[in-house]
Amino acid sequence: MLNHYLPVLIFIVVALVVGVVPLLMGASLGPHKPDSEKLSPYECGFEAFEDARVKFDVRYYLVAILFILFDLEIAFLFPWAVVFDQIGMMGFLAMMIFLAILVVGFIYEWKKGALEWE
Amino acid sequence: MNAFLLHWTFAIPEIWVLIMACVVLLADLYLGERLRDVAPVLTVLTLLGAAVLTFFELGQSGTTFAGLLVLDPFTNVAELFSYLAVLMVVLYSRRYLMDRGIYRGEIYVLLLFALLGVMVMVSGANLLSIYLGLELLALSQYALVAFNRDSLVATEAGLKYFVLGALASGLLLYGMSLLYGLTGTLEVRHIAAALVNVTSSNLILVFALVFIVAGIAFKLGAAPFHMWLPDVYQGAPTVVTTFLASAPKIGAFALIIRLLVDGGYGMLESWQQIFIALTLVSLVVGNLIAIAQQNLKRMLAYSTVGHVGFLSLGIVAGTEAGFASAFFYTIVYVLMSLAGFGMILLLTRAGFEADRIDDFKGLSQRKPWYAFLMLIIMFSMAGVPPTVGFYAKLAVFQAVIAAGYVWLAVIGVLLAVIGAFYYLRVVKVMYFDAPEPESGPIVRDDLASATLSINSLALLVLGIVPGPLMAFCFYAMQGVI
Repeated sequence: MLNHYLPVLIFIVVALVVGVVPLLMGASLGPHKPDSEKLSPYECGFEAFEDARVKFDVRYYLVAILFILFDLEIAFLFPWAVVFDQIGMMGFLAMMIFLAILVVGFIYEWKKGALEWE
Repeated sequence: MNAFLLHWTFAIPEIWVLIMACVVLLADLYLGERLRDVAPVLTVLTLLGAAVLTFFELGQSGTTFAGLLVLDPFTNVAELFSYLAVLMVVLYSRRYLMDRGIYRGEIYVLLLFALLGVMVMVSGANLLSIYLGLELLALSQYALVAFNRDSLVATEAGLKYFVLGALASGLLLYGMSLLYGLTGTLEVRHIAAALVNVTSSNLILVFALVFIVAGIAFKLGAAPFHMWLPDVYQGAPTVVTTFLASAPKIGAFALIIRLLVDGGYGMLESWQQIFIALTLVSLVVGNLIAIAQQNLKRMLAYSTVGHVGFLSLGIVAGTEAGFASAFFYTIVYVLMSLAGFGMILLLTRAGFEADRIDDFKGLSQRKPWYAFLMLIIMFSMAGVPPTVGFYAKLAVFQAVIAAGYVWLAVIGVLLAVIGAFYYLRVVKVMYFDAPEPESGPIVRDDLASATLSINSLALLVLGIVPGPLMAFCFYAMQGVI
């Protein structure tokens, strides 16, 4: 059974070769003449403007995580809608309970102002 | 009636807690600014209601939701004690949170969701539902630990807990998937039936057991999987630490009962050996490292590791008496740590955490009653008669000796003696040292003070009459083996 996985193994080996060998070649064959200018950090040819660690607005994170939550909810709704005529009252109620719990969270985030960008 | 919904009433306590958690969230959202106490008051009502609902289910047993959840005496008893633990945390919490400006409804919502996680773990009869409960508990705990988000230590503790907790969940899940691959079923009792045909030397089974036990040991805080415990206990707000040391331990114990006893009792000899190793390491690490601690929260964290070692003795025994005494020890541990951290909560005020052992210097002069309660708590943790801690240790030692592991009991007793040193040091500091000038006044807090008095005196009363609680634990183990 394992021989079905042979192509995967070959692929991994090829990927490693393609990824690693150029790096090794560059490191071993290229000239090395470091000076302080070459080793110092730069930004598009200029001196670095600021530290590499920057504060970014937590709202991006918030929006992203809310998007994931409600996107997943849709992912559950699609298959449910496709077989809606076969699953009867039980399936309908189960999804309604699921949505009701989500609505509670939705009310919470809305009231807390998580959806406002200002 | 749909077959899936057969006996759905068995899950009424879980459904109630879920609905009420949503209600508390919304009530706090709309009324929280005017009625600041709405969330804790509703939480207390939720817990009392859940206790009544669970009480009505006593004596019934069976599975529901197509075998996802099970109702048996263990479910009932463990759930009742989980409500009690969360109730105590709520009663202790108010002033501590107010002093630090984090008295918000969300903390109570998270407590309720964590409780729901424990309830699902306790009543889980299927690998999926057990894991779901575990994750619900764990995610609520991560958020609770980092709840005071402006505190550097709390957020650091939250992040550590999250990373290590995710790793542990991964280990457990990997073990579960191996078990599923081996038996072809997710239902715990079918796994038990399928394992009859698997020899215990089967390599995949050994792997599965090792991963599952490692995951459980992590959640329980057994050495060598205890690395997260001291940092998280110390860094988290003390209210959250109090919670971490209570209901989740019942949940972790339920993992042992559900996965290893319900599911893997036929494999007892395989996982027994792993537990012997865990017990020994936990006893040594917990009791020795606790001696070096100057911070009381950290000391209690290491003492937790030691206590987990003692309760594992009962599990190593592998008999009904062993599991019952381990359950007894778990409940007693929960009561003791609630009281211990409750005492720290009581002595804190804004800007003063009271979590160094030095902060307890001369407590007998400043507040004799509190010093006396702390004396009971420390004696109980050390296992001095007539407190309940003594009886809990006695019960696990009896069980493990009856199972033929006399040498384990000897090591346990030796380390209990060593452990007594650091508990008694707190007592010595309270009664024989002069108070530090900067300790300041003790803020009056009637609710928490009354709760703590009941909680600590219960340790004494249960030690004098341990019979009913022990009988309750034996009742819980009915039908487990």
